[in-house]
Amino acid sequence: KVLNVIFTVNLTHLKMIEDSAPLFIREQALNPKPQGGFNFENWHRNERLQNEFRAKGISSNLPKVMLTGTTICGCVYKDGVVLGADTRATGGSEVADKNCEKIGYIAPNIYCGGAGTAGDTFQMKKLVSSQLDLLRLSTGTQSRVVTANTILKQQLFKHQGHISAALIVGGVDCTGPHLYNIYPHGSSNKVPFCTMGSGSLAAISVMESTYKPDMTEEEAVEMAKEAILSGIFNDLGSGSNCDITIIRCSGEVTRTRGFEKPNDTKLLRDKIRHPKELVVPSGSTKVLESSFLKYIDVQDVTAPEPMMI
Amino acid sequence: GEVDLGTSIMAVEFEGGVVLGADSRTSTGTYIANRASDKLTPVHDRVYCCRSGSAADTQAVSGMVSMQLGGHATELGRLPAVKTAASLFQRICYEYKDRLMAGIICAGYDEVEGGSVYSIPLG
Repeated sequence: KVLNVIFTVNLTHLKMIEDSAPLFIREQALNPKPQGGFNFENWHRNERLQNEFRAKGISSNLPKVMLTGTTICGCVYKDGVVLGADTRATGGSEVADKNCEKIGYIAPNIYCGGAGTAGDTFQMKKLVSSQLDLLRLSTGTQSRVVTANTILKQQLFKHQGHISAALIVGGVDCTGPHLYNIYPHGSSNKVPFCTMGSGSLAAISVMESTYKPDMTEEEAVEMAKEAILSGIFNDLGSGSNCDITIIRCSGEVTRTRGFEKPNDTKLLRDKIRHPKELVVPSGSTKVLESSFLKYIDVQDVTAPEPMMI
Repeated sequence: GEVDLGTSIMAVEFEGGVVLGADSRTSTGTYIANRASDKLTPVHDRVYCCRSGSAADTQAVSGMVSMQLGGHATELGRLPAVKTAASLFQRICYEYKDRLMAGIICAGYDEVEGGSVYSIPLG
């Protein structure tokens, strides 16, 4: 009887999959093997659920994907590249993160700003960063910006736009400063300045009116900052602070989180009078036990002699 | 949605070669994503292509063709024929016609035919 019950449940599970999912989903359910790379099973399930809800007239309570409804920008100046970004991450109409970091490390000389689904942009940056790491180890040379561009666009094209990541890759290599923008479907452009995200229209208008070739660092940073601020104030999907990353031809990189904080709530928050009960004085947590570990010294050991035959 | 190249491209052959021309607008709906795009991409030293349709699709296809043509030219030991490049474009655009939106003009110069222009419309 017990076996019978289990068998029935299994069949029902199979039937559920069979009705609506494409062949490769059914195959995955029957032969679960660990696969590398992206798995869009849940995307299909979500689509199915939404269609079912719509057919039955139920309002769906599916969690909203966290988007970086964003303003990011980049521009090439005389001695390098400046990347700018706002810091608001949204989930539907709610602000999910007031101070998220949208400009990520790709290589010592290459940084990348991402707009779109936060998870997708983060993973793409991680992916290309580790691939370039391995390439650097195998070639022994500095990474080129065009390499990052090619790896990213080929990945995004392979996934036919399902990875919602719009990226601005900027950096300096032996051939000079370069800037690329990459769209989720896998097309990219080599540009002197660009903006991406929901606030891109607000930002590009600022850049189009102030850009000139061969700017100084101050002019370029000022332009990027103004472009991001324009996105922060005129786009609901962007807000909070402006982050700036400067990659110079000399190889020096300056990352400033909160370069400009026009929406700082600290002053307001300090004015709030908290009830005494909620303010915990320092030293209230009783220390029950403490132990200390000695630092372990790292020593270089000479490698043993290779065995000779 | 997808970045589209609502475009004007053309190529004309003459005795010593070909002339290729294109506009420079890439748009997403009514927004111009890039007002200075280069739709004339080199696929080999003396073979170029004009790209129209989906930017992502055409960039990926021309990348594949330039890789295949480069390998072929190295094995051949001389500059490839424009007809070869056009055949490679045709093979990809036909095999994946359901999944691609690419209208390509392949033009260039080779010693056998002189300047030649090939049109590879959708599908």
